[in-house]
Amino acid sequence: MKSKTASYPYLIWMALFIVIPMAMVVFFAFTDQSGAFTLQNISTVGRYSNVFVRSIWLGAIATAISLVLGYPLAYVIAQGTERRQNVMIMLVMLPMWMNFLLRTYAWMTLLEDNGLINNALAALGLGRLHMINTQGAVVLGMIYNYIPYMILPIYSVLTKIDPSIIEAAQDLGADQKRVFLRVVFPMSIPGVISGITMVFVPAVSTFIISKMLGGGSNLLIGDLIDMQFLGSAYNPNLGSAISLVLMVLILICMGIMNQFDDGENEKGGLMI
Amino acid sequence: MKIASKAYTALIFLFLYAPIVVLVVFSFNASSTRTMWGGFSLRWYEKLFEDQMLLMALRNTLIIAVVSAAAATALGTLAAIGINAYRGIARKAIMNVTKFPMVNPEIVTGVSMMLLFVFATRLLGGSSLGMVSLIIAHTTFCLPYVVLSIMPKLHQMDPHLYEAAQDLGCPPVRAFFKVVLPEIMPGIVTGLIMAFTLSIDDFVISYFTSGTTQTLPIYIYSMTRKRISPEINALSTVLFGVILLLLLVVNLRKSKDGKEAAAE
Amino acid sequence: MEKNEIIALRDIAVSFDGEPVLKKLNLSIRDGEFVTLLGPSGCGKTTTLRIIGGFVKPDSGDVFFGGKKITGLPPHKREVNTIFQKYALFPHLDVYENVAFGMRIHKKSEAQIRETVREMLAMVNLSGFARRNVNQLSGGQQQRVAIARALANDPKVLLLDEPLGALDLKLRKDMQVELKKIQQRTGITFVFVTHDQEEALSMSDTVVVMDKGEIQQIGTPQDIYNEPQNAFVADFIGESNILDGVMIEDYVAEFAGKKFRCLDKGFAPMEPVDVVIRPEDIDVTTPEKGDISGRVVSVNFKGVHYEIIVDVNGFKWMIQSTDYQEVGAEIGMTLTPDDIHIMKKSEYSGMFGDYSSFSDEMEGVLDQPIEKGAAEE
Repeated sequence: MKSKTASYPYLIWMALFIVIPMAMVVFFAFTDQSGAFTLQNISTVGRYSNVFVRSIWLGAIATAISLVLGYPLAYVIAQGTERRQNVMIMLVMLPMWMNFLLRTYAWMTLLEDNGLINNALAALGLGRLHMINTQGAVVLGMIYNYIPYMILPIYSVLTKIDPSIIEAAQDLGADQKRVFLRVVFPMSIPGVISGITMVFVPAVSTFIISKMLGGGSNLLIGDLIDMQFLGSAYNPNLGSAISLVLMVLILICMGIMNQFDDGENEKGGLMI
Repeated sequence: MKIASKAYTALIFLFLYAPIVVLVVFSFNASSTRTMWGGFSLRWYEKLFEDQMLLMALRNTLIIAVVSAAAATALGTLAAIGINAYRGIARKAIMNVTKFPMVNPEIVTGVSMMLLFVFATRLLGGSSLGMVSLIIAHTTFCLPYVVLSIMPKLHQMDPHLYEAAQDLGCPPVRAFFKVVLPEIMPGIVTGLIMAFTLSIDDFVISYFTSGTTQTLPIYIYSMTRKRISPEINALSTVLFGVILLLLLVVNLRKSKDGKEAAAE
Repeated sequence: MEKNEIIALRDIAVSFDGEPVLKKLNLSIRDGEFVTLLGPSGCGKTTTLRIIGGFVKPDSGDVFFGGKKITGLPPHKREVNTIFQKYALFPHLDVYENVAFGMRIHKKSEAQIRETVREMLAMVNLSGFARRNVNQLSGGQQQRVAIARALANDPKVLLLDEPLGALDLKLRKDMQVELKKIQQRTGITFVFVTHDQEEALSMSDTVVVMDKGEIQQIGTPQDIYNEPQNAFVADFIGESNILDGVMIEDYVAEFAGKKFRCLDKGFAPMEPVDVVIRPEDIDVTTPEKGDISGRVVSVNFKGVHYEIIVDVNGFKWMIQSTDYQEVGAEIGMTLTPDDIHIMKKSEYSGMFGDYSSFSDEMEGVLDQPIEKGAAEE
């Protein structure tokens, strides 16, 4: 089928609604309200470096914990019978089918000062803990919302490893530990990479989780952008500048990650 | 080892499901606090179905999801076929544009489209952001998923199938409908379902492109900001129940199909 | 137009991405003939077939069908049908619907479709398989469905693109016989593409040997084997010892340091030539009685015969003989005039026919078609 024309409506659509809007972000980032060129916005972003550092730091912690918690689960699931695997993966995916606002809201009710966890602690005679509106709560929210994105790609890579490769390693004298370290883990790297990006990108750019679980004091990049467009600080030019910097940061991260993964890219990121 | 891994799995699933269980349990709470049990009641469900704003938001969400999923599927199917004919740098460039919205932070995509829509309304006049901008935005962010779920099917398909149909006397367009379309249908259906669920679930991009129009996720957001009514628990439970039901139906049908295929 | 010519290719040239695939190709195919396009991967044989089928448009040159020019005619309007390499059965249709496909397109009556499908499935020994899912069939069965599907369309010409390539050896042999039978019964012209010389020799009325986008030789299987026109053909078809020689005069050639009587003539006096000697034509004798003598370097048992490599002053000959020879033994070889075939020098001279680097493993590797991607596929 040499029917390139079939893609023209799509290409026009993407040009109109992806390429042009992105160009507008760039344009707004480098202009002031009158439309004149300025570097003011970009330099103002520097003032919020603490917010950037916090976002990246919290996002990185959440990603690392998701990996540490998620990898073993993916591994355990991949060991099961096919039927068992399907059920378990279904169970991992099920919470994602619930709107993430509701999932995050659920944690609000759990973590509140007089929420369920604290009530339970009090009932056991232990002291109450202040959990809501802390950075810990934000990280928890990130992990809870995004850990399935870590588990699924790792699982899918693990199940694709040919069992005879593992048998070959055993045959060549590797014990269980070495089979894992020398064969299974290296082969699962592409899944780990895509898991990391799929958790880190939304975590670093979220504004809902920080709003709902972090209170007002743990501002993230997302909140900053939100404020410039729909909030009190209305300033789309600065907002665009922040968005641009965020985007560039993410793309650089992705670029670095992709260096480790030169495998099939067309499939990447297509897990629900 | 076995026990350890079982315990570990149980713990993770406890972590994943505890909040949902809490939501569901407290939706039946007679008391209006979110944390103290005051007896069984369905009052929040009654309240839910009397909530006109909510029903309106639900209606909007469904309209947007149906229209944008259909649009994305039609555009995306054509796109996949067209892209498949490209080679080399052009193909790479197109694929990069396609994947861009998937890797770009949602908030940036949302903000960029907001800039475009605000600019367009200023230029063309007319009402500001609303259903139209939402449908355009949803179609846009669904498109890559549709394209990427069809591309592998096209790739796997024996390229000679299309030629075989022509060889047997089919004109090209008819050959496409008779042979290629049935082959890539699973990909198209997957894309359609994905687009539909993504659209229903979307909050971030809608948030920036909705103006004053309410969709379900936006309405939920405004509810969480008020932090009062357990109505939201009831809503969560209903939604969760619906999803569970849908998944069960889909899976039952799938395993039935599987059995029939095996029986043949 | 030649008598009962059904397909003619005139000066066909094609290149993909600037890479010439066919260079000024001319070919005439007679009605009812079994023609095989034979050559290594990348020689342009599949492209030639696809030009006849209408899937590739030549850059220049014309295609004629029954004397009418069809160069620009799209595939669905051509009276030829194709058996594709991996069969290209429609996976969403069952066996019956696959076979009925073309007839449905052509709006045949339901009764006629039923009758033809039954007949076709019977011909390929698949009666009773009508409602099977094509994915559940074995390779051989899928192959038969593909044949039935193509023949149900009642083509004038059937194009077969390496149709047996995916089958195992035993099945392959059976299908060769079956295909030949079907061809003879239906009288349809078959144009068959393969890289397997044995297959080509055993099935065809006419073999077209191709290499590098050009036809090297056209002839009956016997012609091709016995009278190869250049070193490429000699080497590609069967085993050959190819030596540098000089044509002293008609019927006398000199090679391997000796003069031999032969049956060839028409060369200029003292013209340098390539001399082909088939390994099975060489008779082994004692060194004293032999025309040529050498030392046995290796011996391989091949079932029917031994394959013996003999070193004659540095040139390695291959002999196929039913008698065992000791490695290291000095032996003599005798040649009769009809064992010797003389060819004009060509661009292939000196490239083939010395078994110095010969080994069984090497041959195994080289026998595999080397998939070079787009050009041929």
